[in-house]
Parts: sequence; C-alpha cells; structure tokens
Amino acid sequence: MSAGTACRPLPPAPFPAPPKAPADVTGPAAPPRAARALSRALVSHGSAWWEGLYSRYARRYAQLVSMPTAPATAKEHALADAVASEATLRRFLQGLPGVDAVGLEARAAALGTRSIKTTAKAYAIDLAISMIDLTTLEGADTPGKVRALGAKAVNPDPTDRSTPRTAAVCVYPDMVATAKAAVAGTDVKVASVATAFPAGRAALDVKLGDVREAVAAGADEIDMVIDRGAFLAGHHMKVYEEIRAVKEASGSARLKVIFETGELSTYDNIRRASWIGMLAGADFIKTSTGKVGVNATPANTLLMLEAVRDFRAATGVQVGVKPAGGIRTSKDAIKFLVLVNETVGEDWLDNHWFRFGASSLLNDLLMQRQKLATGRYSGPDYVTVD
Amino acid sequence: MSERTERLSVFKTYKLYVGGKFPRSESGRVYEVTDGKNGDWLANAPLSSRKDGRDAVVAARKAFGGWSGATAYNRGQVLYRVAEMLEGRREQFVREVADAEGIGRSKAAAVVDAAIDRWVWYAGWTDKIAQVAGGANPVAGPFFNLSTPEPTGVVTVLAPQESSFLGLVSVIAPVIASGNTVVVIASERAPLPALSLGEVLATSDLPGGVVNILSGKAAEIAPSLAAHQDVNGIDLTGTAADLGLAKQLEIAAADNLKRVRRPRAAEDFTADPGTDRLTYFLETKTVWHPTGSLGASGSSY
Repeated sequence: MSAGTACRPLPPAPFPAPPKAPADVTGPAAPPRAARALSRALVSHGSAWWEGLYSRYARRYAQLVSMPTAPATAKEHALADAVASEATLRRFLQGLPGVDAVGLEARAAALGTRSIKTTAKAYAIDLAISMIDLTTLEGADTPGKVRALGAKAVNPDPTDRSTPRTAAVCVYPDMVATAKAAVAGTDVKVASVATAFPAGRAALDVKLGDVREAVAAGADEIDMVIDRGAFLAGHHMKVYEEIRAVKEASGSARLKVIFETGELSTYDNIRRASWIGMLAGADFIKTSTGKVGVNATPANTLLMLEAVRDFRAATGVQVGVKPAGGIRTSKDAIKFLVLVNETVGEDWLDNHWFRFGASSLLNDLLMQRQKLATGRYSGPDYVTVD
Repeated sequence: MSERTERLSVFKTYKLYVGGKFPRSESGRVYEVTDGKNGDWLANAPLSSRKDGRDAVVAARKAFGGWSGATAYNRGQVLYRVAEMLEGRREQFVREVADAEGIGRSKAAAVVDAAIDRWVWYAGWTDKIAQVAGGANPVAGPFFNLSTPEPTGVVTVLAPQESSFLGLVSVIAPVIASGNTVVVIASERAPLPALSLGEVLATSDLPGGVVNILSGKAAEIAPSLAAHQDVNGIDLTGTAADLGLAKQLEIAAADNLKRVRRPRAAEDFTADPGTDRLTYFLETKTVWHPTGSLGASGSSY
C-alpha cells in the first residue's frame, strides 16, 4: 500500500495531471491565454485574497489549458505562474505532495529484484553502455588522460567492434577542447561540468563565465550544480534564477542540472529541487556530482523519474534524468533501467533522455558483455584501466 | 508434566566463507551432509552456484594486491596466528573430522594435530621460499642478474575429496603462503571441517578474500572457474577420482594459459609435503641490471 503511494502520479494539488478531452470540461471555457492573463491579474492583488482563490483556480485552470506543442521554457508552459514570484514559487513547491519515504524506498528496492537474463540482459547492457557519460573529474586530469577517455568512449571494447559507443565524455571546462578533438567525427558528445563544480560556491558572474568558456570550447552539454546553500536556506527563487541564467548562457548546449541529492537531506527537498530545475528549463536533472558520500541511489532516482513523468503530464515537456556517482556494476545499472522502464516507460529508454554518470561502470558492463559473448567470466585484465 | 525440561538442540547453519564474510549460497540451495560411517545426517551445507564462484573470484582478486604486497614476514605471522586459532578450537575440529571421515576420536585428533603443525610449517616458509626458489644467476655479461619468485595471482583449488581437513590445509596453506589468494572448493562429501575453517580464518588477522571457501558440487562450479579469465591458476587435486572432469577442466583452463596442477593418484597428506606445492604457483621474475663502470673498467665483477 505504501509502495503504491510513492509511485502514483501526483495528486491534483496544486496542478493536476494532463488535461482531459474538451468534452469532459465543465465550467467556463476560456482559452489558455486568457487564463494566464487572469492569473497574472490575480497575482497582482493582495496575497490573502489570492490564496483564497488559488486552489480553486488551480483546479480549474489545469483542465482549461491545452497541451503546448514544444515549449522551450517555463515562460511558455502551463506552470508559468508558479514562478511569478518568490511567494508563488514557495507556495507551489510546498503544495507538492510529500514523499512517502518508506514507500519510495520499498518501491525502488522491489524493482531492483527483477531478474534480467540472456537476450534481455544483452540488450540492457548495450543500452546502458550507450547511456554512459564517461566521466573524469579529477584534479589530476591531464590532456593525455582525457584523450584516452575519448578513445574509450568512441571504441569501448577494442576486441569487439560491435560494442556501442558511450553517449558522451564528461570533463572539466578546460579539458573540453581536448575532449572535443578526441571524439571528433563521431556522435559522442562532450559534456562539461561548470558553475564552480562541485561546490557551486562562487559568484554568479564566475559561474556564468565558467559556462561560457565551456560552451565556447565546444561543449555539447553543460552539467551545472545548483546553489545548495541558497536552496536549503529557502531562497528558491535565487536557485531558479540562477538556473535560468545558466540556461541562457548555455545557448544550444543541453543543460543538466545537478542537485547533489546527498546534500539536500530529505526526499521532499529532492522533489522540490527537481521541480525548480524543470521549471527553470533544465534539459536533464541529475542526482549528484559524485564528490560527496551519498550519490545516486535507486530511491532518489526513482523520485526524480516520477518528477519528470509528472512534469511532462502537466506541461508536455520531456526532461531527461541522469543518476551519477556510485553506480559501479552492471547489476546496478540494469536496476536503474528497470526503474526507468517501470516509471516513465520506453520514451526515456534512450540516451537522449537517460544517462549514467560513471567511469568504472563501463568496465564492468564490458566484462559482462564479454561473458555473454564467450561464455567465460572475464576479468579486469581484458578491459582498459583508466 | 515432566519435571525436567529437555534443552532444545541448537543446530549450526554452515555457511560459505567469501570475502571475509559468511554468506549463504546466492542460489539459496543446500544439500545434506552425512557422516562418514553410518550415513547419518550431520548438517545442511550450502550448495554453491557458479555465481558464488564468480563472487569468490572477485573477492580473491580484490584481496590479492594487499596480500601479495604484504611482507613475507608479515604473512608468516598471520599464518602462524591461524595455527594458534586452530589450536584453540581443536576439540571442535576433532569432532567434525571424526564425523566427516568416519574415524575414531584418537585418529581424528592425530589428523587435526598434523593439520595445525602443517600451518606452522608453511608459516615458517613464507620468508624463506624466495631464497630457495630465487637467487643470483651467473650470466655471460656485465650484469647483475637476479631471479625472484612472485605469486601467480588468484588460484582455484579443488580440495581433496577424502582427507577433508588435513588434505584441505595441505592444499590451501602453501598457495597463500607465497602470496596468492585462493578460491577453494571443499570436499563435496565432507565439507563441514572446511566451512568451520572459514570461521577460524575470519578471526585470525587473515585479510578477507585471501581464502574463499565454497561447498557444493565440483562438477557444477569448477568448469566456470577453470574458464574464468581472471583466475591465474587451478589445482585439480580434488579430481583424482574423476579424471574425466580433470581433463575437461584442464582444457577450459588452457584459454588464458592458467597454470594447472594435475591430480596425482593416492596422495598421502600425512607425509612430509616438501616444497612442491609451495613452488607450484609462483612465477619467476628476473631482473638484469648493468654493472656499469665496473664492467667498463674491466673489472671481472
């Protein structure tokens, strides 16, 4: 019973799931644009009055709005009003249903018990390899190491050319040019962490400079960290505005927003952070930097998958998910793929929408792949050591 | 109502010893172990699966760096500590060996004493084997030429079927004394002394994963271990009575050029073991070092 609570779509407060067919709509049929204008008018009135109307309005509003075709940012989609001000954002976030922690963990654990064998396992292993953001984020990174990483991303198993490529390599901004050259001519993307990764403790200018440098060097994707200090202090709008600014600075690069779930303390906070990130226009929401004690867990990834599912239901915008850190074995990776399939379905089972941030995971996947191909258990002597 | 209450018997759950922990078989299976004389039920032992074997190899590989990198002196101390711990649980092993092999108490006591002495004997060898198996080689050039023995790596051992304890100790101790780590498949018919040995090893400073003990059917577990690309050697002692299996394992082991020790007929584990087993899983590393100016100046050295 408790398990069901965790994975059910969000209950209809404050914004319910997708609009029904127009025939089901009761009440005045105002067009969405008018509804939005109305909402702005409401916001401009006193807050007490607004609060009285708020929930009633919210219920009606969601049925009136039609599914946007391809909105780019929160400004255009159905939840635009939630980010109208600090107060509306807080009210929106606090209106999100609380997370049933026991149910969530039970659900994540239950989905981890699926037995994936033979052809399904082979498919899952190849899919997982194709979803990896092969990562090196060390102070000791050298151009040589980044080139080696690029070569491995392009050709993970030199003994078997049928091995799929990884989705991307993930490096620090100053290594983007080197990485770009290493994967040139392939479809492997270059992702760069930015915004004073991993702590995110720097002035906005510095963070934006970090992002622009990475984009100028050719990064296809930007992995930013949110300001956890501001989030925990309750300055949600600051976090939102910062993500917006980074999104703008990223230009055409896809933006992954790292929440560092291990530092957010509660599942409720992870859900709220997910919604802030998605409202601000994140293309991906990502669990962790890999630099703190608690990284991606099945439970927090499940929670974020539920968030992107509900967000698409409410706005029509699909957002990707990237668990990162601590995923080391094929078994773990396959458990995450089961979570994806069972929570958001096949739409996300593609490296455009789901990624693993990992480095040692790839070797384990390759060893499992070799086992399936040859029938013999493989060993670390038969994969490259990065 | 009876005045006297019977004490309920406390049965022991025998478990595997893998990576310093005591897991049940991943498969959840067990099989019945009976005593060596009347065939009475003794206990249920885990029936290991191939996956247990793989987990054991992972644990052994993980432990290899630390164990092979430890000083020979330190390894000797740890092995001696194992003998000390065995001495303290002597009674338990006498009982288990007597049950397992269907022999009398006094005979079993002699077997256990011999096994403890064997640990001590191999403990003494750890820092001496390098001098015996290695040394300086005379070469026709101005070089120092030195050979040193190094451990082979992860070794799978099929323990003898009949000698459930002395035989077991005689095949494990020499392999780990030189710095290898080991995955041992205990005697299928009499695995209980081996599983209890795990409890001794866990409490005697031996790093987890250096010795991993599996019970079950060798015919089921051994083929995947013989073919395993991350196992460097295999000792087929336990297949002495099944040469068909031995041949099959030897073929599987050829793939990554494992060092294979073939089974020998009727091995007597009470005899002086010599250094044969000690030197079997060693690789020789030879270093050539120029003598430099000594050679250039015409010195004979």
